Amino acid sequence: MALFWLRVALGCYAVGLVYILVSLGRTSEWANRIALQAAYLGMIFEFVSLAENIFPARQITLAAEHNAEPLLAFLIMAMFMVVYLIYKTTSPGIIVFPLVFLLTFVAATGEERFLSMVPSTRKDWLIVHIALIFFGYAALILSFGASFVYLIQERALKSKRSNGLLSRLPALQVLDDISFRSLAVGFPCMTLGLLAGIVVAQATYGRVQYSDPKILLSILMWAVYLLLIYTRWTAGWRGRRAAYLATGAFATAIIAWAANYFSAIHGFVRS
Amino acid sequence: MNFQLIGVNHVSAPVEVRERLVVPESEIPNALRRLSQHPGVEEAMILSTCNRVEILTRTSNGAVNLRAFLQDYFPINLAEYDKHLYELREQEAVRHLFRVASSLDSMIVGEPQILGQVKEAYASARALGAVHSQLDQLLTRAFAVAKRVRTETAIGSSAVSVASVAVELAKKIFGSLHGKHVYLVGAGKMSELAARHLLANGAVSIFVANRTYDRAVQLAGKFHGEAIQFSQLYDTCDRADIVITSTGAPHAIFRREHGELFLSRRKNRPMFFIDIAVPRNVDPELNKLDGIFVYDIDDLQQAVVSHVADRTKEAERAEAIIDVEVQRFQERLQTLNVVPTIVSLQDHLETIRQAEIDRVRGRLGPLTPDQEMVIESLTKGIVNKIMHTPIHTLKTAARESEATTVIDVVKRLFNLEARKAKSGGDSGGPGSKD
Repeated sequence: MALFWLRVALGCYAVGLVYILVSLGRTSEWANRIALQAAYLGMIFEFVSLAENIFPARQITLAAEHNAEPLLAFLIMAMFMVVYLIYKTTSPGIIVFPLVFLLTFVAATGEERFLSMVPSTRKDWLIVHIALIFFGYAALILSFGASFVYLIQERALKSKRSNGLLSRLPALQVLDDISFRSLAVGFPCMTLGLLAGIVVAQATYGRVQYSDPKILLSILMWAVYLLLIYTRWTAGWRGRRAAYLATGAFATAIIAWAANYFSAIHGFVRS
Repeated sequence: MNFQLIGVNHVSAPVEVRERLVVPESEIPNALRRLSQHPGVEEAMILSTCNRVEILTRTSNGAVNLRAFLQDYFPINLAEYDKHLYELREQEAVRHLFRVASSLDSMIVGEPQILGQVKEAYASARALGAVHSQLDQLLTRAFAVAKRVRTETAIGSSAVSVASVAVELAKKIFGSLHGKHVYLVGAGKMSELAARHLLANGAVSIFVANRTYDRAVQLAGKFHGEAIQFSQLYDTCDRADIVITSTGAPHAIFRREHGELFLSRRKNRPMFFIDIAVPRNVDPELNKLDGIFVYDIDDLQQAVVSHVADRTKEAERAEAIIDVEVQRFQERLQTLNVVPTIVSLQDHLETIRQAEIDRVRGRLGPLTPDQEMVIESLTKGIVNKIMHTPIHTLKTAARESEATTVIDVVKRLFNLEARKAKSGGDSGGPGSKD
């Protein structure tokens, strides 16, 4: 059933994706509204699917292949909605919608496999670890989306073309706010999440395997994240430079995510 | 439908003519009262703005001599004004009103004030009872049309003056202008205008630097701003988010190194340079710095030109909407004309049916509910069949604007006039329509 709900969610996201693209192309309030409603429905179904998976099993299956992506997709969408409520803009949707769709797609089209992680003695810490890290990921992606739109808008203003699609994008200041605030929220989550991971590792293996690619990449990602916040805070970096850094952080995040497939600790047990 | 409109606007008449025909706001009630007493005028409204003076009326029968009213009301020799006046009737008057309310007839197409002005004119005429039935419907419809034009086309969405383009761009950079500081370098008329626009949109303070310090003090005084010695320019300029330059300097005042300096002092918070000086006061190289946006006079004017072109394109779409709406309004009014006749025809036949049933009931003796029902449905069926064709003919005639003739015929055939239907105020027959 969980997979069925996930596929329903995927359908909703697909509708949302189409309409968000339509609403970027021309002035249409209704396309925007449909996109939002579809995304909202998608979130609900995704949550139902996640809940069906996690709660009855009474064990942590979060890091399993087909639960991780929907959870991340759900969190990204949730943050997108929060941004929409505050700033009344759907522009980060250019990045957020395709990504959420892709994450859900990967999970929904796979075979139904629910595999638990390497057994751990500290399940409570494990939940904290996963939840916080995922929240950090979601924030990073949203920030990347806003930075990307910032670049488009900045280029439009510099080149002095201000018609069509570009005139409907939000102001630079607003995009900058979204980008920085989601980083500011995401960074503590990422930091605490990594600390929680260390606690779990200590409890399970007695030590942290720093040579594991997943762990190395995660630390690298955290460092880029830190750099991003630091430069923004002290030098007020924004625009192109900030966007390049955000892209860098996003790339390391993707690699760190993909490292699941190579890592001994986070590796998914394959059937 | 008997609408008639007379007036002048910014196209038909120069200001010397328009100013003689203006009806000041305080005079409107008086003018409306006199207009309502004018022979043949049933309803009336007066719209008097700086760009137009128009009198819209519904007449009782055929055309009314509105020129006579003008001659009567204004102390002028109307013959001199004749070539400036336009007079429109029926659907041409309807179309004109729709175009005016939708801001298609404005000097700056799409400007939003005119709708408010029409609404005010309507409100004062309505308060006096000068507008009550069909004119009321017409104006209500005009407001709906104006709203439709505004939402379905982008006619009023872009800025069409240099100052408003500057404000629009500033909003694209800073989001809101609240709390933003404006720096005027050079105290020209244009920069003063732009500053006024920015302040009206939320900017908080103004600094003025000018080669002649007195002039700076004078201009700063107007905005409760701060005058700054020209020698202090580079030390103080980073305090401003928006810089407007208009000095007569023969070469650039702001060069790349200044931009870099400002950015580092401002921790990279963005700056917007509006350079309206020729030769330019700001080196275009500055635009290449992250966080600095430079627009010169050509850039701004180009934006204005392209926005005006956009509006023209949107105006064509708006005209199409208005065509449809005029047609629809006309059909609706004409259908309304035949409604009282249809109602009285139905009443008439229903009375006959009831009377006939009552007449035979005594002879039939007690009836079962089933029998009652059969009689009801039989008689109703006959009446409906008889009525079907006349009603259909009336409705078709309404759309084909021969309503008056058909209404007359139906009334005479069924002797409806004598029975006098109970319909409301405006059942009066519409006048001939060619």
